[in-house]
Parts: sequence; C-alpha cells; structure tokens
Amino acid sequence: MAPGSPPGPAIATMKLNERSLAFYATCDAPVDNAGFLYKKGGRHAAYHRRWFVLRGNMLFYFEDAASREPVGVIILEGCTVELVEAAEEFAFAVRFAGTRARTYVLAAESQDAMEGWVKALSRASFDYLRLVVRELEQQLAAVRGGGGMALPQPQPQSLPLPPSLPSALAPVPSLPSAPAPVPALPLPRRPSALPPKENGCAVWSTEATFRPGPEPPPPPPRRRASAPHGPLDMAPFARLHECYGQEIRALRGQWLSSRVQP
Amino acid sequence: MRYNEKELQALSRQPAEMAAELGMRGPKKGSVLKRRLVKLVVNFLFYFRTDEAEPVGALLLERCRVVREEPGTFSISFIEDPERKYHFECSSEEQCQEWMEALRRASYEFMRRSLIFYRNEIRKVTGKDPLEQFGISEEARFQLSGLQA
Repeated sequence: MAPGSPPGPAIATMKLNERSLAFYATCDAPVDNAGFLYKKGGRHAAYHRRWFVLRGNMLFYFEDAASREPVGVIILEGCTVELVEAAEEFAFAVRFAGTRARTYVLAAESQDAMEGWVKALSRASFDYLRLVVRELEQQLAAVRGGGGMALPQPQPQSLPLPPSLPSALAPVPSLPSAPAPVPALPLPRRPSALPPKENGCAVWSTEATFRPGPEPPPPPPRRRASAPHGPLDMAPFARLHECYGQEIRALRGQWLSSRVQP
Repeated sequence: MRYNEKELQALSRQPAEMAAELGMRGPKKGSVLKRRLVKLVVNFLFYFRTDEAEPVGALLLERCRVVREEPGTFSISFIEDPERKYHFECSSEEQCQEWMEALRRASYEFMRRSLIFYRNEIRKVTGKDPLEQFGISEEARFQLSGLQA
C-alpha cells in the first residue's frame, strides 16, 4: 500500500477503496487512452515498461496489457503535464506541486504517442471536465432561451487553464502551477472558458481551480455566477491570456523549426 | 495498489463542493457509527476525524450507488459489491437529500454523460458542435459511442 517511499516510522496510511478502484480500472467501459509507456522508478531508478490506462482522472498502470489488477494509479488532479529533457526519447512528466511532491517521468514509444498522452493527460482532470460541462450548460440555456441559432462565444474574461511550459523556457511568472488561491476572485466558481486549441508542444496544466468556502453547490452551479463581465475578472485574465499566447507562438515556432531536422 | 497518497491528501485540503459533520459507519459487520467530517472534492469523498487535518480515508465515487436507508440516512456502495455499504447519518432530511443528489452527480462518468448530452442538445438546436471551438471534438471520450448501454 505504500506509495514507494523508503521505509520510515510507521504512519497510518489513508484508507482508500482500492478494490473499487481496481474494478474501475478494469471494467468494460471504453478507456480514454491506453498504451505502453516507460515509467521511471524513482529519481535514480531505471525505467519500467508498463501498460497505462487512462480512465477519467485516474491513470492506472499494469504490469502488462493482460494483467487483471493495476500495479498502481496516479490521481490526476492538481498536476501539470510537461515535456522534459531526459535520457529517454519522447519523455514527459506529470508534476505535482508542493514540497517533496512526486514528479512522474514517463516516456512514450513515438512522437505521436507522446503527444497523444500529453494532450490526454493535461485534459484529464475532473476540474477541466467540469469547466466544459458548465460552459455547455450555459450555451444550451442561451440557445434555448435566447431563441437564436447563433452559438454564443465562450466568455473571454475567465482564465483558461494556464499552460505549463517545457523546462527549457523560463517559468511563467506569477501564475502558480499548483492549486493555490486565485486572488481577487469574488465568485465561488470562475465563469468558464476553455483554453484554445493546443499548439505544438505547449501543454496545459490540470490545475485544480480553487473554490473558497465549503458551501453546498446548487444544482445548476451556473446560477451562482454573477457579474461575469466585472472589470476585476476581465483585465488581468485577458492580459495573461495574451501573454501566454505570445509564449505559445514562440514555442510553436521553436518546435516546428526543431522538427525540420534530417 | 500504489497511489500518490500525498497528492490525494493535498486534494483533501482543497475547498469542497460539500462538507459536513455526519455520522459514518463502515461496511464491516459490527461497525460503529462515528462522527466524521465528510468532504466532497471532485470525485472523492474524504472523511476526517473531527479534530484532525489529515483524512482517515477517501472513497473514489465512480460506479457507486447512493441509496436511501432509514430516514435521514443514506449509503454508498459500489456496483461490484452492492451489499458492502458505507452508511451516513445526516442531521435532517434536507441534508440527506442534498448529499444524495450531490454524490450521484459527483462522478467523472456522470460528468462525461452530461457533456455528451449537452453537446448533442446544442447540436440539435444550432447544427454546430460546441466542442469544436475548444479543439476537443474528436476526443474519443466525448463520443456517443463511448456511452455504455
């Protein structure tokens, strides 16, 4: 049950419904992504080839494709997915924030596979999915209520999930990649807008959004959103969005030129 | 099964969709009702001793069944073992109802089905795929064919 850390003083580990987790891992429902990846055992450890299955916000890994029970699972909330410089080709990392937090270094077997995994994993969080659902909920209400055929554009004032840039670039200033309080956010939930299409190797983090206060959510959660066009929301986010856009364009240019190698 | 416990603990510290002190009884025979701080964060239900910062445990809420038991009480069990129930005692009918509704909607699978539903409804009205603007319309996980019968 221990997450692979060196033995120390006995600490009661958290209970988890592992049996249900294992059933979820192996049930018949279609998976969101599956394939072989190399997983680095630890900081100075070797890579092990494992069969990975992404289902929801859970990344399971098996000894091989025929195994009945996962060796382990990586819970994909509050992490960023990044490209990394590593001895292995097609390597990427799932990085969690906090001191002593684990970074999982994985390597795919081809460029396509790597890109597929990076995309899938960076959009795997529950939070991301919830953003999409709320956005669609709003759109459906608008097209039904408004009586028009036009599809409303996504509101630009809210923060798209920030990209996590490869380590070769300077880290993005001021925006934490870890789940952290977003200052000056008057709403319990941010009004949603989704990140634009990905470009090249820019990847998006799966930052868990922060909800102040343990209040029960009303069902349709959108009702809580008020003043979606408040100046507090629009200005800083629009600027950040543009800032990321520039970095992404630069990244893309870099990646495209690096591809054109014999 | 190995899992990233530290990260799960960090998740338990995130603001919750719902949190309350409830009576909780484990699935084992002869379990005693205990007061626990129960906290719903994404698709996990964390439960804490009322005076502790680290959770005693967590339940992943996928493929679960939420069932009314006695008045003011509901249970969570999992599809593969429906008789193995975690019981929760609420302080009122309203609270019980609120929790049951929230827990039924708390799974990733429910969220995915909602997305597919909204997507199709919007397509019906507008003729356009709302996921295209987000660049995710081709993702296998959002296709109708992905829904289980």
